[in-house]
Amino acid sequence: MASSTKNQAFLFGYRAYMAAFFIFLAAPLVAAGSFAFNDSLFPALPWQGFTLDWFFNDSEPKLGMFHDRRLLRGLYYSGIIGVMVSLLAVFVGTTNAFLFVRGNFPAKNFFYILMILPLVIPGVILGISILVMASNIANGVEDRFNLELEFLRPGILLVVFGQFSFVTTITSLVITARLKKFDTSLEEAALNLGASRAQVLRTVTLPFLRPAMIAAGIVAFLVSFENFNTTLFLVGSESPLTITMYDRMAKVGSTPVLNAVSFFLIVGSGLLALISVVIQRDPKSE
Amino acid sequence: MQSDIKRLSLILLFAPFALWIALLIILPHMGMVVLSLREKVAPRVYEFGFGNYIDFINEPIYWNTLLRTGSMSILVTFLALLIGFPIAYYIAKIAGKRSRGALFLLCLIPLWVSDLIRAFGWILLLRETGVISTFLIRIGLIDQPIEFLYNDITVVIGLVYTVILFMIVPLVSTLDGMDNAMIEAGYNLGGNGFTVLRRIIVPYAMPGIVSGCIVVFMMTAGSYLTPILLGGKNSSWFTEQIYDQFITRFNWESGAAFGFLLLAFTSVVVWIGLRLTGQTLANTVAKS
Repeated sequence: MASSTKNQAFLFGYRAYMAAFFIFLAAPLVAAGSFAFNDSLFPALPWQGFTLDWFFNDSEPKLGMFHDRRLLRGLYYSGIIGVMVSLLAVFVGTTNAFLFVRGNFPAKNFFYILMILPLVIPGVILGISILVMASNIANGVEDRFNLELEFLRPGILLVVFGQFSFVTTITSLVITARLKKFDTSLEEAALNLGASRAQVLRTVTLPFLRPAMIAAGIVAFLVSFENFNTTLFLVGSESPLTITMYDRMAKVGSTPVLNAVSFFLIVGSGLLALISVVIQRDPKSE
Repeated sequence: MQSDIKRLSLILLFAPFALWIALLIILPHMGMVVLSLREKVAPRVYEFGFGNYIDFINEPIYWNTLLRTGSMSILVTFLALLIGFPIAYYIAKIAGKRSRGALFLLCLIPLWVSDLIRAFGWILLLRETGVISTFLIRIGLIDQPIEFLYNDITVVIGLVYTVILFMIVPLVSTLDGMDNAMIEAGYNLGGNGFTVLRRIIVPYAMPGIVSGCIVVFMMTAGSYLTPILLGGKNSSWFTEQIYDQFITRFNWESGAAFGFLLLAFTSVVVWIGLRLTGQTLANTVAKS
């Protein structure tokens, strides 16, 4: 009896700890999001009443995010970069999954560790190393052939390469995990029934991988969208959203329009993340 | 014939992997090391030498910053493990089947929100005119606004917040695979809660613990936004020095040397950690 009340007290304390932790997790997000609706020029208390001006108002001083040219352009660039990164990363992630699950070649473990490595290299270093290499090539070509390779200068393409370099590890791991669960007798059955290798890949194996590929694509898009460290060094004149926001934040007197963007991004990425989880959690439907 | 096809498909599969790793990881890092070994003797004239590294050793600010970054990152990693382990254990072992998924999702959602927004949220809460300071004045606990930003404690809290999910996720997946019977057996054999934790649960979860610690340590040491935004201009984080050399001073040679030093330093710490715990990179990070 005594031990059971002690256990109950312990469990209660444990639950309280869990609750405190989730409040800790939510607090900054709630703060960042909720001031978007405060009818004030500053993202701070006191609460001046509810407004949607920081989203939709079209004139200064309360320029809403959907009328703020620079923010919208940032959103657009982030979107483009995110789509390119996720397409590339899913493609290479899929070939990597086949390579490491199906392939047999010497030093496989060594190459597998190489594949994991980009995930643990600090993003700042990935950024500068790619910047250095691209500039070296561009300078070399310019000196020797008097040819200016604009695309190797900081800009969208370098940002895509920089993010792709580590996002691919994530997509590879997600798709590899799924491919490992694949029952190869399904492929054998299809082959026995007279299907060609390409047909088997298209009609049996790839459909099985599809949920993982979509989920990996979403994850890649989100990681790319929110990335800052690597992007910072590779960005040219076309700033993606995180860089634009950071520039504003670093200046004093940021208005709640940044909160509006935050709210928009929190809701958007929350929904996307939810979709990716739901897709992956439905393996029985195939 | 059959084996030719096999070989061809292996090469085709290997090509994207090799291009990715060689062009975006290995060559750039080698280029960075080469660049760091160049000394500028005159405009556009360079010499091979260790000058950039000697500069680093001769300037206490630089290596103090690196040591500070390293030790604070270890502290953050330790705190993240301490705070995160009970959370992961609850999700994996105590929560019911239904609430488990929901709790795990709750843990994951902030993961997909940018560092920038999370740091921004902390700024709004903690700054002098922020929510907490205003609230404390309102309830009469203090009568002057307090600045909670720009100190080391805030930086550590902010960093723990940013990285803790990367600790919880691998821990949940390892603990999830643990048979409850092992814990019960521990109790039946007369162990108390602490013994069971120390002798059974922690050893079982070791790959997850090490994996979480590696990722968290590397992320913390390589983070840029959180120390700068929460710690202010004087947060002395090593990535800030790298940024400074690269972008502000346009001294790429020295910046590359700093980058290599950060990478070498963090790798050595991770290597020591792996050695001490008897784990390998392949059975920890690769598994989660």
